[in-house]
Amino acid sequence: MRFSRTSKALGVAAIIALAATGCGGGSSNDSGSSAGDPNKVIIADGSEPQRPLMPADINEVGGGKIATLIFSGLVSYDPSGKPVNELAESIEAPDAQNFTIKIKKDQKFTNGEAITAKTFVDSWNYGAAAKNANLSATFFESIKGYDETSAEGSTVETMSGLKVVDDSTFTVELKQPESDWPLRLGYTAFMPVPSAALADPKTYGEKPVGNGPYKMAENGWQHNVQIQLVPNADYNGPRKAKNGGVTFKIFQNDDAAYQDLLSNNLDILQVIPTSALKNFKSDLGDRFIEKPYAGNQTIAIPEYLPEWSGEAGKLRRQAISMAINREEITKVIFSGGRQPAKDFTAPVLDGYSDSIPGSDNLNFDATKAKDLWAKADAIQKWDPNTAFTIAYNADKGGHKAWVEALTNQLKNNLGIKAEGLPFATFKEARDLATTAKLTGAIRAGWQADYPSLYNFLGPIYKTGAGSNDARYENPAFDKAISDGLSAPSVAEGNKAMNKAQEILLQDLPAIPLWYQVSQGGWSTGVTNVDYGWDGVPLYYNITGK
Amino acid sequence: MATYILKRFLQLIPVFLGATLLVYFLVFSLPGDPIAALFGDKPVNEAVAAKLRAQYNLDQPFIIQYLLYLKSIFTFDLGQDFSGRPIAAVLGEVFPVTARLAVMALIFEAVFGIAFGLIAGLRKGKFFDGTVLIASLIVIGIPIFVLGFILQFFIGVQLGWAKPTVSAAATVQDLILPAIVLGLASFAYVLRLTRTSVIENMNADYVRTATAKGLSRFRVVNVHILRNSLIPVVTFLGADLGTLMGGAIVTEGIFNVPGVGNRLYRAVLSGEGPTVVSIVTVLVLIYCLSNLLVDLLYAWLDPRIRYDS
Repeated sequence: MRFSRTSKALGVAAIIALAATGCGGGSSNDSGSSAGDPNKVIIADGSEPQRPLMPADINEVGGGKIATLIFSGLVSYDPSGKPVNELAESIEAPDAQNFTIKIKKDQKFTNGEAITAKTFVDSWNYGAAAKNANLSATFFESIKGYDETSAEGSTVETMSGLKVVDDSTFTVELKQPESDWPLRLGYTAFMPVPSAALADPKTYGEKPVGNGPYKMAENGWQHNVQIQLVPNADYNGPRKAKNGGVTFKIFQNDDAAYQDLLSNNLDILQVIPTSALKNFKSDLGDRFIEKPYAGNQTIAIPEYLPEWSGEAGKLRRQAISMAINREEITKVIFSGGRQPAKDFTAPVLDGYSDSIPGSDNLNFDATKAKDLWAKADAIQKWDPNTAFTIAYNADKGGHKAWVEALTNQLKNNLGIKAEGLPFATFKEARDLATTAKLTGAIRAGWQADYPSLYNFLGPIYKTGAGSNDARYENPAFDKAISDGLSAPSVAEGNKAMNKAQEILLQDLPAIPLWYQVSQGGWSTGVTNVDYGWDGVPLYYNITGK
Repeated sequence: MATYILKRFLQLIPVFLGATLLVYFLVFSLPGDPIAALFGDKPVNEAVAAKLRAQYNLDQPFIIQYLLYLKSIFTFDLGQDFSGRPIAAVLGEVFPVTARLAVMALIFEAVFGIAFGLIAGLRKGKFFDGTVLIASLIVIGIPIFVLGFILQFFIGVQLGWAKPTVSAAATVQDLILPAIVLGLASFAYVLRLTRTSVIENMNADYVRTATAKGLSRFRVVNVHILRNSLIPVVTFLGADLGTLMGGAIVTEGIFNVPGVGNRLYRAVLSGEGPTVVSIVTVLVLIYCLSNLLVDLLYAWLDPRIRYDS
């Protein structure tokens, strides 16, 4: 039997148990306690990180999953999405603009280096500076001085808004008040990195050293094959590892991962593949989970297209929205794996409401949809030969099925031509959206980076915002959003965000379709599986049986 | 003979240049900006994107990009993939795995294909012959991914005789099932090719002579029939090695084999030109070399063939 350094208490208990039974062998005897086997190494599914594992350079789930486990930031999110302090002692700002952050004392990286206020300031400056070309640099944009360091070709390496006060205190000045800014601090980009990382980012990205509940095993990253994490015995935050480590096996193909799960070669599969949605409940018995998470699916309709602009365009978008029977698609196509949308955000978020005025525009009503379409036609005639298209990427995500179902509903309920417009790759479809060359609607979806209503609204619908595929512009909406940001508290801010949503529900720059629901499963060898607010399993909590 | 081999090697140079140019151009013409795609749904940070484009020479016109790539090949530094790793290291990881898989598939199809084909040919029209012919027709008719999923489900999941996917080490044992799936279609071709060839040779004059002069049945079959029947089969097998290496994408996907196919597929999707070209170039070279090997084998199998200049 191998003793991990997971938990001293459990270790002692195990020694007593061993002494009592006189067992010294390598048998996998059942400990009989509900806490499960603390030495069990969990085999989970992963994907090859797209970039080196430098927190500010991580931009996708493959790397994000690993980073969340090997790093501990100022805050982390509990399963319901509420921020909990990890390294932060306190984060305070009376005006939602000038933050004073105190960090806990005696915190260390796994290489022994102490974590101080300077560590954070250096890490964030590194992340934001243009010369370091980090994919997630934009996350620092609210901090004063970001524009100077992030400009193309800039050699400025520090943001003027960050100041070290003493070893455990630093201050952050934002460009403008942002009440939800502390909510973002659990995102990967804000994680601290040791000084070695800044000296030699290339080597560090291959063998990251963090401070989270896990650390990378010796030569743990076998590219395209697996990533092995072992518990970090020195971690003393709220996410203490309850198993002997997590090995992420890298899969190119979800179906292969599912077969592995069925034969217990894989302990936890984060997302059940589309091909198994019909039968996974009977395959797995009670070893599955269905839980909403902070993500949604929409179709964005660009207002720069003449037939979708102005009053007629608005009426048409309302008509499209009401001609969609979301209930039917979520049941038939997704077997309950999605929930019909009632707003532009997601139900797991703090401040969510399913009855914002105007949300009836998202209810199915074929008669009203026809009326609205006729009204729009009275203003500006729709050419019956043009088809309403929905662009989507066919390389992954299984979008074809729902796009077809949706276009069929539009054909039947509105009597217009409608069809899917598949693109071979994600980048091809994205290019059209970012260069404003769409010819119809495009599938859009948002997965929250941090649990906040603003994250679902500001970056997508504000005038000139980076992910504003619809090129939506409405000063009233922009105003409501900035009111929300400068609100003195998160709760006040949320109220204002929902006011802003009232405007969106009338204009419908994108048509909300449904909320994402995690559907995952686990093997017979593990227990205590739960998912977080972001649809990622809480790996640290999983134990062997 | 030496001149012949030298000539063949010299022919590899234009093949190499042509293949790299063509593949590089194809990747270059793929729609979509690979750097913008790194940002996913999020807004593209132009400063960061510009820096990355410069790092991967994506800000240069096509011909400059290609020449820079050629230069990197001749300095034995193939550049980096998008995760910042040397492409040479990536090739070193994926090729051994796929080579193992392809060679195993080749051995499977050669051994079983020739054995079954020989028996079927010798017993033409009998029960065994009929059964094998129908079975091979079914195997040829069903697409490889269907066969793969069926075998994975029944042998891997239901019966538990093999793991449904390969382990991190991708050992020979792990690769048995994927190799069989990969080799099945070619196995059927080898079988049919051997059978036809054996039937043809059985009626040849030299076989009748051999039998008439009292040689044992064993010697007649092995030396006179089989060896002469192998010429078309060897051509097929040689060409097939290249196909197996490059065509393993589907099989590697089904069984999650961390090999060439998987990496190539990912590189194509993300538009990593140098990675795609490097992998394809090695595949092209393997294809050319295995063809050369086949041509040399001819001379050994059939002494009438000579490569004199």
